[in-house]
This record gives sequence, structure tokens and C-alpha cells, in this order.
Amino acid sequence: MERAIIIGAGLAGLSSAIQLAEAGRPSLLISRQQSERAQSVLAEGGINAALDTMGEGDSASQHYEDTLRGGAYLADPNAVAGLVRHAPEIVRSLSELGVPFNLTADEDIMLRPFGGQKKRRTAYAQSSTGKMIMTALIDRARSFEGSGLIKRLPHHELLRLLISGSRCVGVRVRDVFSGRLADISGSVIMCCGGMNGVFPGMTTGTTANTGDAAAALFSQGVRFAGLEMLQYHPTTIGIPGKRCLITEAARGEGGRLWIKKKNGQRWYFMEEKYPELGNLMPRDVVSREMYFVRRQQDTEGEVLLDMTELGKEVWGSRLSDMREEIKSFTGLDPAETPIEVHEGIHYFMGGIHTDEKHRTSLSGLYAAGECACQYHGANRLGGNSMLGAIYGGRVAAAALMSDQPEVGEEQPIRFSLRNDEDPLSQESRGDFEQALCRVLLGGLGIVRSGELINAALEGLDELEKRGLSPREKNKLRLGRAMLLSALERRESRGAHFREDFPETDDSQHSTVTAQIIGGEITLGRFEIPVRRAEPEHERS
Amino acid sequence: MKEADRKSVRLEILRAADAESEQWLQHIDYPVSDDGENVASALKRINSGCFTDTDGRSVEPVGFECSCLQKKCGACAMVINGTPRLACDARLSEFVKSGTVRIEPLKKFPLVRDLIVDRGAVFERLSELRIWLEGQGRADSRIKDDVYDASRCLQCGCCLEVCPNFSTAVSFGGMSTAMAMSRIIPMVSGEQRKELYSTYRKAVFEGCGKSLACRSICPAGIDIERQLVRSNAAAVWKRRLRPAKKK
Repeated sequence: MERAIIIGAGLAGLSSAIQLAEAGRPSLLISRQQSERAQSVLAEGGINAALDTMGEGDSASQHYEDTLRGGAYLADPNAVAGLVRHAPEIVRSLSELGVPFNLTADEDIMLRPFGGQKKRRTAYAQSSTGKMIMTALIDRARSFEGSGLIKRLPHHELLRLLISGSRCVGVRVRDVFSGRLADISGSVIMCCGGMNGVFPGMTTGTTANTGDAAAALFSQGVRFAGLEMLQYHPTTIGIPGKRCLITEAARGEGGRLWIKKKNGQRWYFMEEKYPELGNLMPRDVVSREMYFVRRQQDTEGEVLLDMTELGKEVWGSRLSDMREEIKSFTGLDPAETPIEVHEGIHYFMGGIHTDEKHRTSLSGLYAAGECACQYHGANRLGGNSMLGAIYGGRVAAAALMSDQPEVGEEQPIRFSLRNDEDPLSQESRGDFEQALCRVLLGGLGIVRSGELINAALEGLDELEKRGLSPREKNKLRLGRAMLLSALERRESRGAHFREDFPETDDSQHSTVTAQIIGGEITLGRFEIPVRRAEPEHERS
Repeated sequence: MKEADRKSVRLEILRAADAESEQWLQHIDYPVSDDGENVASALKRINSGCFTDTDGRSVEPVGFECSCLQKKCGACAMVINGTPRLACDARLSEFVKSGTVRIEPLKKFPLVRDLIVDRGAVFERLSELRIWLEGQGRADSRIKDDVYDASRCLQCGCCLEVCPNFSTAVSFGGMSTAMAMSRIIPMVSGEQRKELYSTYRKAVFEGCGKSLACRSICPAGIDIERQLVRSNAAAVWKRRLRPAKKK
């Protein structure tokens, strides 16, 4: 077997490539843009690990419980156990790569409170944690580029998998600079991020995550799961072309949400309704509450994020970048003026279905990071995404090495095909993407119902009547699977709230899967694995 | 926005189908629909809608790189009215008074098409110069703020565009190389320190003409001068600077 192929050069991709290289295994890191442009650089608030440097008696088992509860018990408990157990070592190793984490008075890693967690557990570097971690991992990967173990193919995108029988044997990629195509053989780790391009302009992520790679895989029969689980982050602001995130750290450091009542009073609705965690309830809960309080007869206007009481030290050394960003985009200084916030799509808990070791339904294909359905169940906790990407990348690489113990001779890459020799080369049109987004949002909002979802499905039928390109057809198919998954889950759980089924139903405690079988989208149910007994030293 | 308040700007976009084709200017009268609208969002809107240029031709999608749209990734660096900057940070409202926005690709890098250039040389340089941390390093509280600032470099190329000494053909790596080195210089030890200091002297110190043209161009707002002074002090003058003052 040739060098491993990694699609995507963000956190998960870098983590996989480094893990492989440290074991002496070569990899090819393929990405549409350089790692510096990956969505991971946007991650702000921090990364979770039960380091307990704040002396609160935190532990991996509490991290485990919070993660499972936050995800409404849809996450794989064995995978989560591994995640939280390795988290402290991962954060320590990042510190040793020179990530400038904020530090305590005795030079240990400082932790901040984050949503859905009762203990301070989130390590951070002001409000640019993702950028700091990425810079350090890019450096680390570069050391292996020097030795040839990591080879990069920037400005390339995946068009399709190469499948032989029931096995993934490589990829077809397109050089977006030259328009030439190449078939490259090897096992593949997908690290292509979230499906932002299915909702252009409506997510906090990068526009470069087009969702085309995920749509291509889905159309090729790879099993997906949890597609109904979209995370709406409660505190985003609209900027040209997208939603811009205001990190959860703003509330972790003391920011408060309120809405004006018609009698002129401020209503701190989260603090009143949820006295224990208040503004730091999990994101699904906060977003839903914002949605409902705005619609109450006795309130007016938008929900405001009030950070005017935060101290000078917080603005100076913990949230300085965020303050500048808000000032730049809104013209308002959050230290002086409450900021209007709105829910925005922030994370896709669903994606490529993987097992605990990040193997997919197709042998030879692995997936990690946001493109994979792993760790977060029905709702991701803040601070767990970067952790999941780094740990997941490592696990996927380890699984690949375990499945493919031998490294064969490397084949030269030949760009022998032209753009017009594969119909998937044609990129989606902007007007189609906007139309698809409008239809999908009708059925996949914060509050859903069978009626709304069915109306959206009819909207897709109409859209399908237009002459669509192969890439557009793939994307529409993926959107349809999202709607069908939401229709299938006749209950409310985590980020999925149905007005016609407002309660959680224990009989639906399973993951909804979607896969194209015989040309049709076929839904299934995947039972949540039972937690294994673990050796004492590995217990979370 | 009321119809009477609607503003427009003329976009002059330097276009080319590929590196071999002759470049030409396309003029588009662009209605500014939102005060926050910027060059990147305008280009995206042009690419998803039906726009015609001032000669009545329909505008084919404009090639440009773009990712985060919030000044954090550096993808959309281009030359706007003569200044290299990020398109997502160039608000159209700035240009309404003058009425014209000239949009060109960066000129220090090989052209791919339209506004896309190949900045691969920047990254290859970092690899060739072996800029990475061997073994472990730790950003303790003495150096943390400086490491943080240097780590914010977007590798966008804006500082290289204005630098009178940088080109992809010379050994001087420019400030994108300097910032990557400034991040690790305070953390290296042993043999690597010697090697890195030597590389710094050759690839940064000896090539920098101290024009400081880059001083105020960084889209991330990195204090480039401070980083340079600090790295020069360590690698050239063999002394350490005091930690940065907290803002």
C-alpha cells in the first residue's frame, strides 16, 4: 500500500499526518488551500481537558459525563471515554510544541469555564486558541515535510473516491490552479471539515468548506449518520457573506444574555430559567431559549450579549482579539455596549459514520474531525471540537496503520486527465447553492416539524427539476438526506427540536444513518454501543 | 436601505484567464447594498449573480481565493487601490467617495488567473529553512505574549508585496519568514539554537534593508518591528529583550 492520503489540512488532517509520520509512515496531505486558511484557525475559545489546574477536583470521568449528557446520550461512550482520557496528555503536548496558552500564577495551564460543564476545563490562548494550535501543528508537520514523510498537495480538491469492489483504493483529485486531474492510490483519511457549503452565508465556518467532498462520498454510497444534528451557536453576528462567531468564552468570562421586556426591564432569561449554569447551558438549550424568548408577547427586539461588566484584565489578556473583531465588524465596543446576537449554524455533529476507531462503512476509508459523526452525539460541547479533531486524527491514523501494516512502493502522481474528462470538475453555481440553502433552512431550523420538513422536501423536488450539474445533484442529495433524517427522528433531542414531538423518546435512543443503496437514500438506525468495562488504569 | 440612499462604486478588476493570457481590466458598476459590504463579499456576490460590465458583457466568475471572510486566514490578500490588503477587510464604503476600486492580484507571486496567485514559495521557503521546533519548547509567561503575537501571522503575503527587498528569487525570506522564526526563537535550545540563529541572520537580518515598509501593512496587526527587534537581539546581538508590556 502506498502513502496514506489525507483529504483536508486543518487540525484533524495535520494530527493524522503527524501521527503517521511519528510512526515513520508517509502521507500525502491534500487540501484546497494551505493549512493557514483552514477553518480550524477560527476556533476561538479553547480546548477541553480535565487538567484540574484550578483546584476544583475535576476529572476525566466528569468530562466524560458532561460530554455524554451535553450530546443527549447519542455519542459512542467508548469513543468518548478514549477522548477524555487522552485530553490532558494532548493539551500538555500542545503546550510543549509552544502553544502560548494562558497561564496560572504558578506557570501551569489556565482553564476557563465553558458551556455545559460544571468545572473549569477549557485551556485557551486568549481568544485565538485555534490559530495558536494550528501554528504549532503546522510547524510540527513542517519538520516531517523536511524529511519527506509528509508531502503536501495544496490547491487540490477531491472529486471522488476510487472504489474497487467494496474497498476504497484511492482518490481522484483536481488541481484547482491548472484544472488537471490525477488518480492517486492509497488508503484515505477524510478530514474535510463541516458541510458549510450546503448553507452558504449561514454558518460561522469558512466558505472554503464547500461540502462537495462529503456530497461526493455520500453519492458514492458511503454511510453517513446524525445528519439532522446541526448546532446553532447562540452568539453570532451577521457580517457580509457569513455569520461571525462570538466565542462562548465571552459568557465563560462573565458575559450575560438579556432581552428587553416591553415594560422596559432587562430579562436575564437564562439566569432565571437555569440558575445552576445560567448563560453557560449547552448551546442547543441557549439557542432554543433565544428563539422562544424573542417570540414572547412581552419582549421586544433582539437578544443582547452584555459584556460591559467584564474587567480590564479579561479584555487585556483573555478576549482582546474578540473585542477588536466585534469593533471592526459592528463599530461597537463590547466593553461599552451590549451586542445584538442571533443563532447561527456553527457545527455539524453528523457526517461520515465511523466506528470508535474512525473506520467508515467502506474499508480503506477513515474519517476524523468535523466531517465525521463522532464524539458529540446530538450536541457538541464548546471546547470539544478541537479536542475531537486532534484525538480523532490520531485514532484514524492508528487504525489505518493497524489495518495496513506494510508500506509499499510509492507511485508517482500523474496529472493525466483534463478538467472536462470528469463531470464533477464543474463547480456548483452560486444561485443554485443559495436556492438549496433557502429550502433546507425551512426544514432544518432551530424549531422543526413534520410539516416544515415535508414542505422543504417538496422544495427540493422543485429544485431538482432545474438542470443540475453532477456536483449540484450530489449536494442536493446530501441535503435531502439531512431532511429525511430530521423527519425520521420523531422526538426532540439535543439540537433537534420538533414542535410536533417536543419530548425525548427513549425508544429513539439510536443514531439515524443515511446511505445510498441501489440509487435510493436509505435510512437506518444504529444502536448506541454499550460502554465496555475498562482496565483500572484506563478508566475515565 | 432606501433607494435614494443607495450607493455604488465602480470596480476595476484586473483579469486574466491564465498566466499566459494578457491581463485586462473589467469595469463593473456595483451597487453597494450594505454599509458593511467589502471587496470579498462583493466578488462573491458577483460570482453568484448576473452582473454585466460597463460594456454590457456578462461577467464570468472572477477567480479569487477566499476562506474565512473575517480577517483570520489571509486567503483573500490582493492589491486594492494600490495597497496590498485582505479583501474581506476592505469595506466598499471606504471607496464610495472616490467612486472607484481597482482590484489586482499580488504581483510578487506567479499569476494563476484573475486575482489568484501561487504563494507556494512562501511555504516552501519555511520548509527549506527548516523552521520548526526540534524537541520541546514552552511559551512561559516571560515570552508568551510575544510568541502569541508572532503566531498570529497569516502568511498572506501583504508584507512581502510592499517589501523592496523580497522576491521569490532571492534568499531573503521577508517578514513571513521572520514571523515564523520569531515564534520559535525564544523557545529553541542547544544545537538548534545555533543553527536557527545562523539561518535567521542569513534569511532575515542580512536581507532586510530596514525600510520598514511592512511596519503598518500587516492585516493581523502584528507588531512586526517589535518582533524584529526581539529576534535581532537574540540571534544577532545575543541578548534578550524584556517581555512585551501588556496592552
